[in-house]
Amino acid sequence: MAILEVENLRKNFDKLEVLKGISFSLEKGEALSIIGSSGSGKTTLLRCMNFLEMPTSGRITVNTDAGAHVLFDGSRAKALTEAEIRKNRLHFGLVFQSFNLFPQYTALENVTLAPRLQAKTREDYKANSKAILKEINEHGLALLAQMGLADRADYHPHQLSGGQQQRVAIARALALEPDILCFDEPTSALDPELTGEVLKVIRGLAEKKTTMIIVTHEMGFAHDVSDNVIFMDGGVIVEQGPPSQVLENPREERTRQFLRGYGG
Amino acid sequence: MFEQQFPIVFHSLNVGFLQTLKLFAVTLIGALPLGLIISFGSMSRFKPLSALTRTFVWIIRGTPLMLQLIIIYYGPGLLGNNWWGGGETGRFLASAIAFVINYACYFSEIYRGGIQGVPQGQREAGEVLGLTKAQIFFRVTLLQMIKRIVPPMSNEIITLVKDTSLARIISLQEIIWAGQSFLKGSQGISGIIWPLFFTGLYYLAFSGLLTILLARLEKKLDYFH
Repeated sequence: MAILEVENLRKNFDKLEVLKGISFSLEKGEALSIIGSSGSGKTTLLRCMNFLEMPTSGRITVNTDAGAHVLFDGSRAKALTEAEIRKNRLHFGLVFQSFNLFPQYTALENVTLAPRLQAKTREDYKANSKAILKEINEHGLALLAQMGLADRADYHPHQLSGGQQQRVAIARALALEPDILCFDEPTSALDPELTGEVLKVIRGLAEKKTTMIIVTHEMGFAHDVSDNVIFMDGGVIVEQGPPSQVLENPREERTRQFLRGYGG
Repeated sequence: MFEQQFPIVFHSLNVGFLQTLKLFAVTLIGALPLGLIISFGSMSRFKPLSALTRTFVWIIRGTPLMLQLIIIYYGPGLLGNNWWGGGETGRFLASAIAFVINYACYFSEIYRGGIQGVPQGQREAGEVLGLTKAQIFFRVTLLQMIKRIVPPMSNEIITLVKDTSLARIISLQEIIWAGQSFLKGSQGISGIIWPLFFTGLYYLAFSGLLTILLARLEKKLDYFH
């Protein structure tokens, strides 16, 4: 069963319809890239899945080992509560284009903040707080090491390069062990030379079969790393399939037109 | 002459300056939290509340503090209420209320700038990590906001040191009042103006001390950008 099922998702901003019925599914361990020009709705789609925007209608279901969780169902009358939204969000991690690291915390503190706050709600926290915090710290250090930043744990974000900051942001998103990790144009704010180090990290995650959705403008990267590619335009999915189809032999004229812009 | 006058003047100025410091402290203690509440009001998404708050802030910031002092102190009397009584306690209470309201309005605008100056992405990053609204405020935005407001706040606080002298208009016995009393005649001394000049040193010393303390606070927050 697919880990994520999105059915007929729509999003309106006042009268403007930005998502016009998006449906797709994602298998566990799959890397899915979403491409398309600015304004095609791909970032809005990602923000809807992370509940930074509330979808107008449609359904989002996440299937984990614990069962099926309907995170959003537009046909349900009752709006989601704050607590439900927070719970929903934990299925997803999101890496922003602009990193959005917390400047007052070190790299390690950025990574461990959410797990530390979450641990406080555990019943055994009072009795074992020391051991729990030590474990969280070690997990955070291991994640930073995985990002190639073992020696940067105590640096503040402003002391790191853009590429290093983005890698800390990836570690931060991984710390909560989300079912699906989302990237919103993770290298768009970076110099070309720093782009490589971030893409390398994401490639590593794909090799480890991390379930990912990547909104990107890096066509070569999308080709190499993804199992499937979605091309969006004007709030609809124009074409989806393996990169060998969508990126090499697109069936739709609109896709070909878009790819020509990239010299593809 | 001067040798006999100095101890008397010095003592009076000290007593006056104590009242100045008291007004300064009470204003800060009252206006810092009240300003935050007003800033929440002016940022409220409930339109009538934000409109009302912004109108109030406009009136308070758009009229002289001296006039506000006069209205608050003499206004109740005109309506037949002798709230303040005739004594120094009443004058202090009226001054404190006028100063707290006035400075809270200025502070509220500084808070508003500080809160709105924290990028939206910071809140969103907290949200996708499953943090509650309170956790986002206290763990993510608060310190960034404090860092932003320290420099403009320092400015206002230094201004407040000197603005306390406006309470002279309702005869609060602060340091200007004390210095001026030797001009009109007090404790057998009259017609001397140097005590009034001398008050300047008190203001200078105190604002100098505050400048150092506030600069230290600013430096403490220098570890992040």
